[in-house]
Amino acid sequence: MREIMEIPVGQVKPERSAVLETQGIPSQAELSEEVELLLRTAGEAFTECSQPVCILCSISVPEFERVYRGEGLNEKKTPLGEILKQADDLALFAVTLGEAITDKIDELFKANDFAPGSMLDSVSSAGADKAADIAEQRFLGFLSEQGKSDPSKATMRFSPGYCGWHMSGQEKLFEFLRPEGIGIELLDSFLMKPLKSISGVLVYGSREIFDFEDSYGFCSECRSRSCRERTKALLGNTRSAKKKGTA
Amino acid sequence: MTDILKEISQRLQGGDAAKVGELTKQAIEQNLPAKQILNEGLIGGMDVVGQRYKSHEIFLPQVLLAAKAMYAGMDVLKPLFLSEGMPTAGKVVIGSVHGDLHDIGKNLVAIMLKGAGFEVVDLGNDVPPERFVQAAKDEGADVIGMSALLTTTMPAMRTTMDLLRKEGLAGKVKTMIGGAPVSEEFARKIGADAYGYDSAKAVDIAKQLTGKA
Repeated sequence: MREIMEIPVGQVKPERSAVLETQGIPSQAELSEEVELLLRTAGEAFTECSQPVCILCSISVPEFERVYRGEGLNEKKTPLGEILKQADDLALFAVTLGEAITDKIDELFKANDFAPGSMLDSVSSAGADKAADIAEQRFLGFLSEQGKSDPSKATMRFSPGYCGWHMSGQEKLFEFLRPEGIGIELLDSFLMKPLKSISGVLVYGSREIFDFEDSYGFCSECRSRSCRERTKALLGNTRSAKKKGTA
Repeated sequence: MTDILKEISQRLQGGDAAKVGELTKQAIEQNLPAKQILNEGLIGGMDVVGQRYKSHEIFLPQVLLAAKAMYAGMDVLKPLFLSEGMPTAGKVVIGSVHGDLHDIGKNLVAIMLKGAGFEVVDLGNDVPPERFVQAAKDEGADVIGMSALLTTTMPAMRTTMDLLRKEGLAGKVKTMIGGAPVSEEFARKIGADAYGYDSAKAVDIAKQLTGKA
């Protein structure tokens, strides 16, 4: 499978709670009129400026091992390093919201419109995450078309720059996936342009393989809880009795 | 405090940038010293905003609306400080570390620091250790602020700290770090002077590090 998919903007418009979370606002908080207006305006700007598109490409485990090895700068032991050996299927993916949304955010900050700029940034970050969710759903759809659908299995995504996968891994990922086709460029610093883009690997397999402990060397220095939250969402109450993360 | 300074402070807290600009002009016309307008009207207003934010009475968007109002007032005052320069609480060199292009968090810290009266030299993103150190020397910075969003760019903070020690600047130029994956423990490990959980905390830390708390 190698597929490019344009995503309707309406499908990636994030939930209010996701946007508020990135602004550090509790979802039940009562918001002032001015904040409500900022939210609405940012939502409108998001609809106007976003051009979500994704690219997906199947990859075998041995091929991905080469991609994952990258430039040899990963941490020695990583969750993905162990999970990928047990994966049934893998796909590389990249999604982007396009350049216009980043330009709009920059424009707002340059005009000292910090609150609208920051709100649009939050909407866009949450929107890019939603675009990645759609890529994940499409991968599941593809597996289903192949007769591989199994309710006891699930997907999880991992990206360079997180959980011990060094950013330089982007180079090999780009060589294989070629997301330039949807307008994503890899910069020397291994970050992507447009900035509101996400790349990585989708891993499909038994839910148990994703039940990893957050006890890797780099975990103690990281206060991002996203891996734990995602694991919890995926495994729910089915987690084994071994030591768990704090999610 | 005079009525007009109180009104500047209150309008700033409400994020009314146009009115703050207008009132600042009026305060100048009333021959109030620029420094008093800055300290009691603008910085005083932002202090209240910072306190309300820390106690969760208001949220980030309202802080940023107030920051815009602060900037509107400062723009009016700036020409009056041309000869002696704007009075500052200290100078902070700030940037996202090498390999990291994410700068929203760093920008928010810079905005809040300016709002608290600090002079901020923003080096942007993807800033190599050498540039942090050189800028701190060139600018006579009191504090270096480093931000990282990616776990894999956090080591660049350590490299910068190592270089500061090598150059004999560690301790003389204070350091604070922040960003989503960064922690207090990591700050301790690399020998940074402080860790800021969010932009409000970063302002408190900068004040402590410069003895302005």
